[in-house]
Amino acid sequence: MNKPTFPYIGQPLKRREDFKLLTGKGRYVDDIRLPGMLHMAVLRSPHAHALVNTIDAAAAKAAPGVRLVLSGKDLTGKIGPIVPNWVIPGTKVPYRPVVATDRVRFVGECVAVVVADSMAQAYDAVGLIDVDYEVLPAVVDETAAVADGAPQLHENVPGNITTIFKIGGGDYQMAARQADQVIRLRVVNNRLIPTCMETRSILASPEPDGTLTVYIGSQVPHMHRRWIAETAGIPEHLLRIIAPDIGGGFGAKMHLYPEDLLCPWLARELAAPVKWWESRSESHQSTSHGRAHTESIEVAFRNDGTILGIKVDTLGNVGAYLSNMASGGPTANTIPYGTGTYKIPNYQATSRVVVTNTVPVDAYRGYGRPEGAYIAERAIDAVARHLGLDQVEVRRKNFLQRTDFPYRPYGSASLVYDSGNYQGLMDKALAAFRYGERRKECETLRREGIYRGIGVAAYTHMCGMAPSRRLALIGFDRGGWESARVSIDSSGRATVYSGSMSQGHGHVTSLSQIAADVLQIPVENIDVVEGDTRQVQAGHGTFNSRSMAVGGSSLHVCAQRIVAKARKIAAGMLEVGETDISYAEGAFGVPGTDIAPVTFAKVARMAYTGHKLPDDVTPGLDETVFYDPTGMGSPSGVHLAYVEVDPETGVVDIIDYVAVDDVGTLINPRLAAGQIHGGVVQGIAQALYEEVSYDPDNGQLLTGSLLDYAVPRAEHVPNITSLFQETPSPTNPIGVKGIGESGSIAAPPCMVHAVLDALSPFGITHLDMPMTPPRVWAAVQAMRDGGSR
Amino acid sequence: MTDIEIKRLVTIEVNGRKNTVAVEPRKLLVHLIREDLGLTGTHVGCDTSQCGACTVEIDGQAVKSCTVLAVMADGASITTIEGLAPGGELHPVQAAFHEHHALQCGFCTPGMVMSVRQLLKDHPNPGETEIRHGLAGNICRCTGYHNIVRAVQSLATTGAPQ
Repeated sequence: MNKPTFPYIGQPLKRREDFKLLTGKGRYVDDIRLPGMLHMAVLRSPHAHALVNTIDAAAAKAAPGVRLVLSGKDLTGKIGPIVPNWVIPGTKVPYRPVVATDRVRFVGECVAVVVADSMAQAYDAVGLIDVDYEVLPAVVDETAAVADGAPQLHENVPGNITTIFKIGGGDYQMAARQADQVIRLRVVNNRLIPTCMETRSILASPEPDGTLTVYIGSQVPHMHRRWIAETAGIPEHLLRIIAPDIGGGFGAKMHLYPEDLLCPWLARELAAPVKWWESRSESHQSTSHGRAHTESIEVAFRNDGTILGIKVDTLGNVGAYLSNMASGGPTANTIPYGTGTYKIPNYQATSRVVVTNTVPVDAYRGYGRPEGAYIAERAIDAVARHLGLDQVEVRRKNFLQRTDFPYRPYGSASLVYDSGNYQGLMDKALAAFRYGERRKECETLRREGIYRGIGVAAYTHMCGMAPSRRLALIGFDRGGWESARVSIDSSGRATVYSGSMSQGHGHVTSLSQIAADVLQIPVENIDVVEGDTRQVQAGHGTFNSRSMAVGGSSLHVCAQRIVAKARKIAAGMLEVGETDISYAEGAFGVPGTDIAPVTFAKVARMAYTGHKLPDDVTPGLDETVFYDPTGMGSPSGVHLAYVEVDPETGVVDIIDYVAVDDVGTLINPRLAAGQIHGGVVQGIAQALYEEVSYDPDNGQLLTGSLLDYAVPRAEHVPNITSLFQETPSPTNPIGVKGIGESGSIAAPPCMVHAVLDALSPFGITHLDMPMTPPRVWAAVQAMRDGGSR
Repeated sequence: MTDIEIKRLVTIEVNGRKNTVAVEPRKLLVHLIREDLGLTGTHVGCDTSQCGACTVEIDGQAVKSCTVLAVMADGASITTIEGLAPGGELHPVQAAFHEHHALQCGFCTPGMVMSVRQLLKDHPNPGETEIRHGLAGNICRCTGYHNIVRAVQSLATTGAPQ
């Protein structure tokens, strides 16, 4: 082992978890096979909206290998209903059975469930179930769903609106009167499919001691334990949730789905392990979708580019039922961020949460913050374009300044942007992008009929939802804390137990870097345990870019307690006062004396023999901390994109992409850049390629597989220059803010602005995502035909 | 007709070891590899042969093992991800992925590594466009491909391993 180099924080260590994943030794849920394991398959509704008259399962029940066929009626009173975990005050919560009983409300809703000896037999039997449906009119679009006469989904949700949420400050009407001009935009935040490469899978196994082990690729294992317990009627202490390796989450694996309840319940019913694996096409109609907003924006500004106010009306499509966090996404997670990085004192925003006959919509990488940033960015870019001012200068003019932090946007009582340096971000981004040079290049090339454009987007948001008592105010039925346990064994090796949950983030590496700096031992001497509710004391998991800010801080504080106790033990061993001791690089010494230092390992051994402990010190070296943050960190960033658009084909070619992000203290720059690369590409995917399509007439899902849903390949995306600026967050002891969602927040507006800039010679001022070749080509043609948009 | 009656015997060599397995004629090779041989490093990420997570080598050629029926592979010699580093020493492609942080969740990684081997066989010194095109059959949702391309580039400049 090389001599450790402290501090570890800030070093681009290579990942400690790679070896198993590179050699095919990763262990995802579907890789686990247990003796006597049965297989579950689900019959899904082929209709977007229908009454279920009769279900004939006789042939399925008689099919080879079939153990059980159950309909929704068979399960009524036994499991469910599924209730959301985040309920914004005033929300009307629709009743959601685990398996539909008398009515289905989206293509893909569970209608019956089969358990058989093999997966093939289970699927075969599903095909033998005969259901008599009476098809009802369906509505898939959020705007259509709130119109008069629209099909109604739930009796207790009149007008298909579950929630109305308002936020703002100042006086928008006054701002509009004082403004030189007011412009209006209507922007669509296209519906997406998160598309984790590993689909969902669950294996529930009854144990001889009466407990039930549930293997599930969960971002939130302890939350799943609670939800499965509450909803499937299994006492929480009898449930052990194990989240093994997870093939991506992006928000989609943090909700309570019907299958999460059916597998555990059926395993107990049949006294055998039951596995369910979701096929990709099934995933498109059963795992939550993302985004699906329409925003109507009004922006009031002076002719010098100063924005005086913004007014927003959001319609957030949440699909047929309120999924886990669905009432919070289009509301508390979106419209509070509609003023972005700009000082806009007058803000008036309303969000309506709308049910439709579509797959439930829930968290997807950024959840609400991409939509919020899109409001602010599309608005300011439209102002710049409208006034013919430089897009960079208009942003600089309206940016919050360094001295404005901590900043409460539009005087908000609930939002605080903790820190930032937006001008610094812009300077760094422009330099790396060679903005001036490229701006000239664009102009030169345009004269030659080559249409290049530059897009700019700035963002901020807030990560690590906390503190707990504030979450109560917005109806979020969980805490904002995270827990950490650090256990030192008698040889001085550390095991970290964290309630966070890596899904490719590299926590084994990043958390051990945090612990190593405090414990002053090499990262190689630290193991990290996550994803097992029997081993990990408690936790909230990984979402909302919270793992380093909340989980990492929890670990930092916990490791400090270990050192504090070790210092007391060392003082006893060295027979000196505690305050005389210094600790660095694994050795407790007494500066200025010739007393031989004592190593951390020796102190650990002493802690466990207990032979010479001070009177006020108990044996052992093992601490647990529940850390509830007092505030949230606000990452920020400026991204720039350089594109070339072919007006004859509508194809957008990305020439360059520069991201400068301020996520506070960087734990591991290598992993941080990886998060930016992945997030930016998901954002580019939203901007250029991906969109869930439904047939508006009958609610059929048209993008039902990866054949129809355009996840980008390597050849569809550019190289990404990822740079950082570090403004430490004052809200936590390590100064970290959060990084996972930055890329997918910044990239969509950045790309749209770049394409609009490229097409500005045609007079095009608006395009919705995804900016596919047909859509871009049609926009160019419309302008060439003399039309106006 | 019982299951046994309709099953067919398939003999294949996987990672240097011969196996004879009775399979239903409809069984895909990927399921034989995962279920019958227990080699779960080969993943299933879709059901339309889009994602490439199931890529293996059949007789020296990278193939999506969801596009092949197990019975069609009778007599074939197959290499899966588990066969690349039998002694625990990473294969150069695996080592490059580690070096360049070309994996996050790791689910696409085995298929991606197998495809990169093929890419380097076909183009020992590929340029960036060739690399991106050569990986078109494999979807990664985590890395944005950036570091995968870097990893392959590092192999191109240091000579192509087999």
